[in-house]
Amino acid sequence: MKNKFPKLHAALFRSAQSIPVLIGVVVISFVLTRALPGDPAVYFAGAAADEQSIKEIRIAMGLDKTLYEQFFVYVSNLINGNLGTSLSTGQPVLDDLTKRLPASLELTILSLLLSCLISIPLGILAATKPDTWIDHLCRFFVTAGVSLPTFFTGILLIYIFYYILGFSPSPIGRLDFIYIEPDTVTGFYLIDAAISNEWDTWFGAVKQLILPAVTLALFTLAPIARMTRASMLSILSSEFVRTAKAAGLSNGKVLFSYALRNAFLPVITTLGMVFSFALGANVLVEKVFAWPGIGSYAVEALIVSDYAAVQGFVLSMAIMFVILNLLIDLIYMIIDPRIGFESK
Amino acid sequence: MIIYNTLYNLKNSKSLNHFIIILRENPITFFAFLMLFFFLITAIFGPYLVPYDPLETNTKIALQPPSIDHLFGTDNLGRDVFSRVIVATRLDLTISVLAVLMSFIIGSILGSIAGYWGGWLDIFLSRILDTIMAFPLFVLAMGIVAALGNTIENIIYATAIINIPFYARLVRAEVNIRREASFVHAAKMAGNSEIKILAIHIFPNTLPPMMVQVSLNLGWAILNAAGLSFIGLGVRPPTPEWGIMVAEGANFIISGEWWLALFPGLWLMLAVLTFNLLGDGLRDIFDPRKRV
Amino acid sequence: MLNVQNLNVTFNTRKGAVDAVKDISFNLKKGEILGIVGESGSGKSVTSYALMKILDNTGVIKANKLIYSGIDLENASEKEMMDIRGREVSMIFQNPRTSLNPIRKIGKQIEDVLKRHSQANRYNAKQKAIEALKAVKIKDPENRYYSYPYELSGGMCQRVVCAIALACDPRLLIADEPTTGLDITTQKAVMDLIKDLITSRNMSSIFITHDLGLASEYCDRIIVMKDGHIVEKGITHDIFTSPNHPYTRKLVYATPRPGKSIRSLLHSQNKNKEVQHTIHEETLLEVKNLSKFFPGQFGPVQAVKNISFKIKKGECVGLVGESGCGKSTTSAILSRLIEASEGKIIFNKNDISTFAAKNFSKNSIRSDIQMVFQDPTESLNPRYTTRQSISDPLKNLTEMNSKEINSKVIEVSSLVGLPLNLLDRLPHQLSGGQKARVGIARAIVLSPKILILDEPTASLDVSIQAIILNLLVDLRAKLGMSYLFVSHDLHVVQLLCDYIIVMKEGVIIEQGNSDQIISSPKEDYTKSLLAASPKPPKLPKTS
Repeated sequence: MKNKFPKLHAALFRSAQSIPVLIGVVVISFVLTRALPGDPAVYFAGAAADEQSIKEIRIAMGLDKTLYEQFFVYVSNLINGNLGTSLSTGQPVLDDLTKRLPASLELTILSLLLSCLISIPLGILAATKPDTWIDHLCRFFVTAGVSLPTFFTGILLIYIFYYILGFSPSPIGRLDFIYIEPDTVTGFYLIDAAISNEWDTWFGAVKQLILPAVTLALFTLAPIARMTRASMLSILSSEFVRTAKAAGLSNGKVLFSYALRNAFLPVITTLGMVFSFALGANVLVEKVFAWPGIGSYAVEALIVSDYAAVQGFVLSMAIMFVILNLLIDLIYMIIDPRIGFESK
Repeated sequence: MIIYNTLYNLKNSKSLNHFIIILRENPITFFAFLMLFFFLITAIFGPYLVPYDPLETNTKIALQPPSIDHLFGTDNLGRDVFSRVIVATRLDLTISVLAVLMSFIIGSILGSIAGYWGGWLDIFLSRILDTIMAFPLFVLAMGIVAALGNTIENIIYATAIINIPFYARLVRAEVNIRREASFVHAAKMAGNSEIKILAIHIFPNTLPPMMVQVSLNLGWAILNAAGLSFIGLGVRPPTPEWGIMVAEGANFIISGEWWLALFPGLWLMLAVLTFNLLGDGLRDIFDPRKRV
Repeated sequence: MLNVQNLNVTFNTRKGAVDAVKDISFNLKKGEILGIVGESGSGKSVTSYALMKILDNTGVIKANKLIYSGIDLENASEKEMMDIRGREVSMIFQNPRTSLNPIRKIGKQIEDVLKRHSQANRYNAKQKAIEALKAVKIKDPENRYYSYPYELSGGMCQRVVCAIALACDPRLLIADEPTTGLDITTQKAVMDLIKDLITSRNMSSIFITHDLGLASEYCDRIIVMKDGHIVEKGITHDIFTSPNHPYTRKLVYATPRPGKSIRSLLHSQNKNKEVQHTIHEETLLEVKNLSKFFPGQFGPVQAVKNISFKIKKGECVGLVGESGCGKSTTSAILSRLIEASEGKIIFNKNDISTFAAKNFSKNSIRSDIQMVFQDPTESLNPRYTTRQSISDPLKNLTEMNSKEINSKVIEVSSLVGLPLNLLDRLPHQLSGGQKARVGIARAIVLSPKILILDEPTASLDVSIQAIILNLLVDLRAKLGMSYLFVSHDLHVVQLLCDYIIVMKEGVIIEQGNSDQIISSPKEDYTKSLLAASPKPPKLPKTS
């Protein structure tokens, strides 16, 4: 099979590697949340409960069983799609998450797009003119961006654009209360509002999105720009680019058909890593801008030891990340014709 | 006499000369080391030199903008913001240095073993590292601190754990590259045992690229600790720490009292910037090929 | 057709201006093949880059005249140069595999050049690309059009590179070390192809190389460069039979050719007398039915297939073959870096193959078998000073104290001709020849009985190679070591070794006394190897 369909073989092999990781993720998230302080039974029973009712509730919640039994129950619930019930909202965790996920995704994807739009051209520019003042300026700008703590940048931007300049609306979430939420199709306000032709709402959503997206984008500029620059530099000084130049190919052709396509490959891998970073930074940004996403959900849950919610959050984040990385590696395999044939 | 001898030896020391040359060649590195020096001095001597007790409250002078008496203004409890910012340096630097040190040591050992001997050990380790890295790292740190308890030690442990994969991966790759280099074969010819080859011949040569990672990590660890404090995990009031000060100050920015959040945030940024800029310089210092 | 007068190339680096090419002048006639020969740092490649104006941004060109076919290259704009490159003047480079875009089909890469110079449009581009592949004699060009570079061998890649260079029918081809790194037989095939194409199209060519022997076979005229200057120019035959400049003479003598002894590679009054080394009858190392399997993508690969040979005490055995023949694997097994899969290695009547390779450092025989490696730079720990590198074996395998170690290091350094002030330097502060000496010093410091040398001079300049080879001869006579000398260069092996073993694809094709193998080889493969080695004209009878 290896000989006939080397790419398929490589793809399957790579996909299989995700399985132990997924197992590990499930185990760690279980262990982690069982270690959370506080007794959920007490919390759930309420302040007025006595020993007996707490005990009954504990049994009902299955907390009296051994850890192994609890793990087994946990896994079988997972397979059924049951992530438990949140203590603070009273809803199934899965519902909570699916309701709030689009908000986080919309923010993260938009900010990544914004970041790529700036950092990739910046990286290419810095690589084509190495060691000039343009290069140094780009690097400094990018390094300064990554030194700023996201929560601080967010607050600073709010101060400047909301308090002083009055440009942006107040940071109270996805939509100012004068607008009504668009009918839910995807959960992405920009898409939903466009579908139902509610352009006022569309603009309202955009205005709320700008500041948090910029905050997140600033943080992700640096790794992408750095990798683009490094990758382009090494490709531009490679032998096949020299051959292309010696054959008289135009600068445009050399840059786009020869250099960029080769240089992009490591950048794609970096994007996966950056997405994970962005999801992490998401938590802070959502808190600052009161964004009703899964990040703020997680923070609230942690503070009250809502173990089912935290567990569900951590698990779904990790699974998303594993799938995303798998997708990126598979895309890489499609683009690069060498994969499957060269042994590392 | 002893002092004279030490100074004399230092002056003629090759390493010191090399260090000075690197500083002279790279203005950015020089600037970064200057800032590092400044932060170190503040961390060590700060608490003894600040004008006010960082914990002393005085509600009569609360929320005053920066002035000659209070360079950075006062906060909502009348505490001097400047003193608090300076004193916080010690805590934040300690957390990040300890965390990075821990993850560096553990990650290097694990990565070297996996990179050199390969096989099942390597596969097992890589899967564990993949699993750790599958979690959005900040979220994992949040989870660990919440699970273990809201203390400063746990922030250090959590930060250390989430950073181990970076070092382990880097060391593993670098050791892998050098494992088949002919100077390693030559060391085998010279009768070195495998442990000796790994520890004395291969690993020191992986230090230059590691140094860049170390300095970036130091900056990132500070951001991490500050971020955790910002959402209420880790450091508790009234301890002065940059993150928690920004969190407390955030509430007042809407009403226009910007100095509570700005100065700690600025200091935070400068510290992280220092470490980020330090990376290339540190790598040059450790690279024997840069010596003239 | 090409007129160069007073060409200067300067690079503005951080440490100041560096003059790479200093005031050189030469001509090229139509239909002529000119060879530019020089060692590393001579400025030969920089000259060609300057002609095509593809230097780095930091390079500055100044010339009185730089005229190609009436076009003033020096003052030509970048736009004009882009028209000239590929259409009038083409260039091929050293490493064929990395010269091609790894993720673009080779057919498309040829089309890019054709379309750029308006030699083809959308409709006939593919047809013309396939014709270009046919012209460089690639088999099955219609299907090869769709191949990626990683699917082709080194020789085929070089043909594709030629196809790209010649697609638009240029008048001048510049070839910058096109065969360095290729096997001897592939080298001959590629060079023959290039020469055929050039003569059949009535083109001119500039052929840049460090191999004077290769230049002598293919070039009409030769220019010798050193340190950015032209040291001598002339017709090939004259350069070899009556070299004028002392540097040219040094190079001509150092070029390996059939001869009597290693001493003939040196041309200097100060060379040592001929030395003899004694070959004893007793066998020092015997290899019996040695085999080695490696795990491969499609099943195990056998690198070494059941080989047997003997090395006598004091004898020098040469192991010759092209890449992939198993010679490096064999030397790695004998030096106990890797395990054999099958077979015995009997050293001094002990079967050392039973002792595990990874624990061999503790074996007392470790100090008797030592190795000199191919790349002098890579074989030295970049953090170790010379002194540390040489004393490392002593610290590990002997009981000497630091004073004794120090004096031994000094003794061995003088033996290999290493100046004592270099003992505290780091490898990057040493020249190639000095690094080679350090590697040799480290290998002999334990007074080994056999020295395995894995292509020890392959990455050195030809003149340094001559010096190091002579050093090896002197050491052999003084210390009575046996040598296993692994190489791909038959001439060097013949000068240095008493006994030759020829390997191909893991099997010993032929073995015997060196004179016999060279003068009357029995096997066809050996004959083809000998035929492919460049043969420079014979030297005059002077000293």
